[in-house]
Amino acid sequence: MSTVTAHEATHHEAHGDAHQEHHHHETFITKYVFSQDHKTIAKQFLVTGIIWAFIGGLFSVIFRLQLADPNATYPFLEDFLGHWAKGGKLQPEFYYALVTMHGTILVFFVLTAGLSGTFANFLIPLQIGARDMASPMLNMLSYWFFFLASVIMMSSLFVQTGPASGGWTIYPPLSALGEASSGSKIGMDLWLVSMAMFIVSSLLGGLNYITTILNMRTKGMSMTRMPLTIWALFFTAVLGVLSFPVLLSGAILLLFDRNLGTSFYLSDIVVAGKIMPNEGGSAILFQHLFWFLGHPEVYIILLPAMGMSSEILSVNSRKPIFGYMAMVGSLFAITILAFLVWAHHMFVTGLNPFLGSVFVLLTLLIAVPSAIKVFNWLTTLWKGNIRFTPAMMFAIGFVSLFISGGLTGIFLGNSALDIHLHDTYFVIAHFHIVMGVASFFGMFAGVYHWYPKMFGRYLNNTLAYIHFWVTIVGAYLIFWPMHYEGLAGMPRRYYDFSNWESFKMFSGLNQFISIVALVVFAVQLLFIINFFYSIWKGRKVTKQNPWDANTLEWTTPIRPGHGNWTGEIPEVHRWPYDYAKDGKDFIPQNVPVGADESKDH
Amino acid sequence: MNEFYFIAIVAMVFVVIFQIAKASEYVSVLKGEEKTRKQNNKINGFLLISFLVLGMIGVWYCNDILYGRTLFPQGAASEHGQKIDLMLYITIAVTGVVFFITQVLLFWFAFKYQEKEGKKAFYFPHNNKLELLWTTVPAIFLTILVVFGLKYWFKMTGDAPKDAIVVEITGHQFAWDMRYPGKDGKLGKKNYKLYNQPSGNTLAVDFNDEESWDDLHTTEMHLPVNRNVKLVINAMDVIHDVGLSHFRMKMDAVPGIPTTMWFKPIYTTAEMKKRTGNPNFVYEISCDQMCGKGHFSMRGVIVVETEEEYNKWLASQKPEYFTLFPDKDPSKQAQAVDTAAASKPMAQVMPNNP
Repeated sequence: MSTVTAHEATHHEAHGDAHQEHHHHETFITKYVFSQDHKTIAKQFLVTGIIWAFIGGLFSVIFRLQLADPNATYPFLEDFLGHWAKGGKLQPEFYYALVTMHGTILVFFVLTAGLSGTFANFLIPLQIGARDMASPMLNMLSYWFFFLASVIMMSSLFVQTGPASGGWTIYPPLSALGEASSGSKIGMDLWLVSMAMFIVSSLLGGLNYITTILNMRTKGMSMTRMPLTIWALFFTAVLGVLSFPVLLSGAILLLFDRNLGTSFYLSDIVVAGKIMPNEGGSAILFQHLFWFLGHPEVYIILLPAMGMSSEILSVNSRKPIFGYMAMVGSLFAITILAFLVWAHHMFVTGLNPFLGSVFVLLTLLIAVPSAIKVFNWLTTLWKGNIRFTPAMMFAIGFVSLFISGGLTGIFLGNSALDIHLHDTYFVIAHFHIVMGVASFFGMFAGVYHWYPKMFGRYLNNTLAYIHFWVTIVGAYLIFWPMHYEGLAGMPRRYYDFSNWESFKMFSGLNQFISIVALVVFAVQLLFIINFFYSIWKGRKVTKQNPWDANTLEWTTPIRPGHGNWTGEIPEVHRWPYDYAKDGKDFIPQNVPVGADESKDH
Repeated sequence: MNEFYFIAIVAMVFVVIFQIAKASEYVSVLKGEEKTRKQNNKINGFLLISFLVLGMIGVWYCNDILYGRTLFPQGAASEHGQKIDLMLYITIAVTGVVFFITQVLLFWFAFKYQEKEGKKAFYFPHNNKLELLWTTVPAIFLTILVVFGLKYWFKMTGDAPKDAIVVEITGHQFAWDMRYPGKDGKLGKKNYKLYNQPSGNTLAVDFNDEESWDDLHTTEMHLPVNRNVKLVINAMDVIHDVGLSHFRMKMDAVPGIPTTMWFKPIYTTAEMKKRTGNPNFVYEISCDQMCGKGHFSMRGVIVVETEEEYNKWLASQKPEYFTLFPDKDPSKQAQAVDTAAASKPMAQVMPNNP
């Protein structure tokens, strides 16, 4: 007993010191720019992510203009795109650049950095009861490497030959040979360097998240008492740390092939009439390296959304999350399987059919933990007492989208069907619903739920509900019909379908989708306005625990300073899901177990 | 100018929505947080159930409009394709049932169990039987789908039957080229370093290999109906993909690594014109792997015809060897048969002719 108190005392003292030190030389620069406070870093990630999301979304609107009517001209585009939209008509090369950058930005800069970066930073110390990350310094560097990556990627938009345009998967030889595409000139080098910086950022962040979760939980916060958000962010970090380095190696080899004359990915090529000397490489090798990250990446994007939705569904149903251990187990299973399914992106590359069959089996296995999660979420709602806060709406929307998009994964994971559906609009519909929009919904849910903790103010509710309803209706209107285009074999990444006897009958539908996309984009602007307006002018939070939640972040002051808790860090006595237990609406984690309390968990 | 008005109108709409939202926030503060929350709850609960109902009607309506434009009504044009369609139907049925049940439960639960005065949520943290149920049931269904899928997968990706006609298809930015093996049934060797030697040798065929002398180089693919076809797939520059949506087949064309795929067309182009009711119907080859700025225009055409028509077409084609080396063309040779110098290559051209 004495050792425990002694330990606590030193613990406290150390923190007291750290605290004082920070108040000592806090200037604008250290507080808001080169801040080492995990909460400020989280906000930096979030704001940068929002800026990128705006750009990425805008790109999709511009290329949807082209798909809406391939013959139309938009003279205003020429005003700010110059030769990329000569005479108001988007050039094919630039169309592909837009498609490529849309994917790159949203997958990496928004849904990886913007999502994990924000919520891992913000929630991990607050929810496990730590004053900051294990290494605030590395944490700060993680953001600034991301910032550097952002600057480099942004600069590639302004080079003469344009940004990378070979698709976000940058398959060589297209991405390796400047002669093959103007986007494969300097724009591609910038893309690769930017991604290298991005990977450094992601690794610094990820290692920090893992270390913090394993070592810095407050007293009583055993692993099985962690909120599901933390579990999800933990597995996300593990996925990132183990898979991003593989992409880095792939990218470096590609840089070598591009600039140093090596032949890792190149063999037997005649491009633009020029006979290349490269022999013996394999273009397929890159795809293996890429998808070894690329598939876990899908779960890097999805798991935080799952974790946050689990938490928000439980809080607002006023009920414990159903099957906590099964939820953790399924997250774990998904994490393991995420590493073993990458080649399902390569069924039609000439992959050995036996190898393909192994990947079919492992891929469809993922449907089992996914099904467990869905049914557990449904059971969480069952017999609840549900409050439809904006966060809750987005969490419900997340589950709906996850079901819709997850089920089409069963089509694509089955190699025989993938032969027909591969690289068609069916794939676009599938991954946009399940990882694009669904993860965005998880992210929105997180923003609406934790905004009061971040800024001490609420977002405007009316705007939030408008945002939710237009977005979910719009997302389904955009992506649901695309399944039909895919079933008709309509290929992805086509600039114009009007010369194709097999696909031109969808021109009316393409126009409809573009109009809806425009509306959905406009509503996202409404969210952005709401977000920035409310930071300064939103309704003030007056309750310490506005959602009546159990987790530790709501035991901090309304506007926590660096160090989070003013006094001692609270001790944890129970799991975070004691809602509706023994007739009590909720029992926060720091409340000791009562003598007459039923022992259920 | 139009754009300016458009932006102005959008901005106005934003301002109006924003003002309404602000006003409603003031009202909610006046009314009290608790009361507003309950009101929002009612509205959103109702909207959720409406979304479910309208959504399901929308799903049906969407299917009604778009089903006719998918490839299902016209049927698959190859044997493999018919199996894929069958599997698609089974998968749509299975996932459709799951989709319907889970979405209905999700929105129904949300609506039914919305917050009510004096109601208490049910403390229900876990139940092993239930969890076991929804682990095993999906596992069983998936096993069935996997078994069926793999059975077809191995059949389709297995070796082509021995009697299959071999056609080579090569992708380059941004078109397709075909090569038929000619009478000997064998394609001549290729060596990419021989590209354009002699000028016009765009497929980099090695004409030192005698097997190449009767090979045909065409830009359109002709296939006889009801015969197995094996495609040997190449790429010159970057990765392309031979996408045959009507046959439900697809395979990447990778530079340096030839791939293959086989199938059996079961309807001629003429028959498909009748089946689809589209007099302009053609079997199209679409490039399905991003290959550069002309990717969307990389279109090829396959003509499926009767065996007779096919043979007639084959006979009308001239081997590439003769177009590239006109002096070795026997038809021209016949005119200049006296020329002594020409007799030697003649023997090379027709090695089987003594």
